[in-house]
Amino acid sequence: MADDILELKGISLSFGGLKVLSDVSFTVPEGKITAIVGPNGAGKTSLFNAISGFYKPQAGEIFFKGENIGHLHPPKRAKLGLARSFQNIALFRGMTVLDNIKLGAHSHLKTGLLAALFYIGKAQREEMALREEVETKIIDFLEIDHIRNMSVASLAYGLQKRVELARALAIGPQVLLLDEPVAGMNREEKEDMARFILDLNQEWGMTVLMVEHDMGMVMDISDKVVVLNFGQLIAQGTAEDVKNDPEVIKAYLGSGNVSDMRRRLGVEAAGSE
Amino acid sequence: MRIGDAVSTYPSDEAIFRTQTQKVWMGIFIATLLTFPFVSSPYTLFLACLVGIAVISATGLNILVGLTGQISLGHGGFMGVGAYTAVWLADNMGMGLALSMPLAGLLTAAVGVVVGLPSLRVKGLYLAIATMAASVILHFIFVHWEPVTGGNAGINLQNANIFGINLNSDLRMYFVVVPLAIIAVLGERNLLRTRIGRAFIAVRDRDISAEVLGVDLLRYKLMSFGLSSFYAGCAGALWAYFFKVVTPESFPLDTSIFYLAAIIVGGMGTVLGPILGAIFMTLVPEILKILTAVVVPILPNAQVLLSPVRVVVFGALIVGFLLYEPHGMAEMWRRTRRYSHLWPFKT
Ligand SMILES: Nc1ncnc2c1ncn2[C@@H]1O[C@H](COP(=O)(O)OP(=O)(O)OP(=O)(O)O)[C@@H](O)[C@H]1O
Ligand SMILES: [Mg+2]
Repeated sequence: MADDILELKGISLSFGGLKVLSDVSFTVPEGKITAIVGPNGAGKTSLFNAISGFYKPQAGEIFFKGENIGHLHPPKRAKLGLARSFQNIALFRGMTVLDNIKLGAHSHLKTGLLAALFYIGKAQREEMALREEVETKIIDFLEIDHIRNMSVASLAYGLQKRVELARALAIGPQVLLLDEPVAGMNREEKEDMARFILDLNQEWGMTVLMVEHDMGMVMDISDKVVVLNFGQLIAQGTAEDVKNDPEVIKAYLGSGNVSDMRRRLGVEAAGSE
Repeated sequence: MRIGDAVSTYPSDEAIFRTQTQKVWMGIFIATLLTFPFVSSPYTLFLACLVGIAVISATGLNILVGLTGQISLGHGGFMGVGAYTAVWLADNMGMGLALSMPLAGLLTAAVGVVVGLPSLRVKGLYLAIATMAASVILHFIFVHWEPVTGGNAGINLQNANIFGINLNSDLRMYFVVVPLAIIAVLGERNLLRTRIGRAFIAVRDRDISAEVLGVDLLRYKLMSFGLSSFYAGCAGALWAYFFKVVTPESFPLDTSIFYLAAIIVGGMGTVLGPILGAIFMTLVPEILKILTAVVVPILPNAQVLLSPVRVVVFGALIVGFLLYEPHGMAEMWRRTRRYSHLWPFKT
């Protein structure tokens, strides 16, 4: 059985009177793809923000490889190997694709201010090694060689999402957090992205935790599914288990009409194959 | 016309000057800079030194405002700190410029880091006000810390030397200022090739995702304030060596605004922008002065009559620039260059 690389224990988060997450606990098994699903406003993105350290939960603990990381600032968590992409694309618009990706490697580089100003040997060697690694490992893999010197602002939406994934990979992550990686994409782009995520998982052994509304994709590629509703974890298990969980069906449909929900989940899952 | 600039290795792809043409132009540029002072009039030589100092200072401000996205109205005050420190070190410690200028830069950097502390909490207009307040406090210190600053009368630089050579002529100052300006610009350009330049831009474009990607905001905002102030301090020191006197009125609040205008007109966040902006802001008022002088034979008191007009024209030119090309002169230059490369094909 795989070990759990990430463990959330009793996470509660509120903004003023608004309870966004209440007592959420689950684990992310190493080397697997785990999906978080739930209706709009369920708290999925907030949970990601809590994991990357941008939100501070009022209660609960987060363990990464057995270490409590709850007190660490976001940059420290990135350095440990937690990388993420954002629901609303958050690329640096003033930089080229290549520089955006290189920025991901920031915390592994050592060049200091003086070395940078004079671009002396050490700084130059580090940059060249980085360029080599980014080119061979990431740019080739994600098939974005043709856009490497373009400004990210000029790219189509689907490509921007791909560059975000590339940037997250440059962190050299052990866990990849993807917030709605295929939202807003057309069918072809979705299939490409799903293939990249699967390849990452199977060839690189990457642990993936993703938020996704596209049920077809969730059912197809995830090993584990966690369901959030109004900030509460209402179900977890394999895709099959979750699909038939009455709580989940109720959450998605509000009330009754179970067969309709079944059909929707089933049809979508089958349709994307 | 130039077709493509395909390169086969990563180092050549990341070099600053990538093509033969670029290297040739650079050579011509350097040769021009070297011969210029021997053929120029004393007046244009004087202006060239001023432009050089302005380039260093504007480049420093560009690092903070253009690259890191932190607005500052303290830049003039920082130049003042550099100027006073350099004069004090030269006259009281007997230091030459090679020592007094970098030390003045370092002290100014330290002051800049302290002034930059509010940037961790506030942005935009609030940061502008906070840095302006710092600039007012610095001005107060310049006026009232008499034993060191000489109060309102200021202090004179008696010992203006570099490596034992007396810097008593504009020609000598030129050969100090221009190489330093080139180093300052190359430093900024190099920065942009490394993780530090990328981190600055990341902080400017999206500070939250920068943080989640491993960029320590505190560290890089303060580093940017420090580096920008170092540039300002060195520029202030050179200014003091050039004019040989510093008073509280040498660097009023206007100076900060002058440099902000320079980088905006030139093109914020680009390497070329601060250079073009510094040239524009320094030379245009002079050109306008010359133009009014032409009218003097016809209209004897033109100088007096037209001096307010000159200020208005200067202001209008800046506004015109902003309307016509919001990305500054650097963008116009880029467009022209692209056009010339593709000539005779239409773009
Ligand atoms: N910084 C914040 N301040 C106040 N409320 C917030 C903040 N961030 C999130 N919320 C609230 O928390 C709730 C959950 O938001 P969140 O973005 O986590 O949902 P989500 O599950 O990601 O939804 P979606 O599927 O639409 O992306 C929402 O009601 C939202 O308004
Ligand atoms: Mg969300």
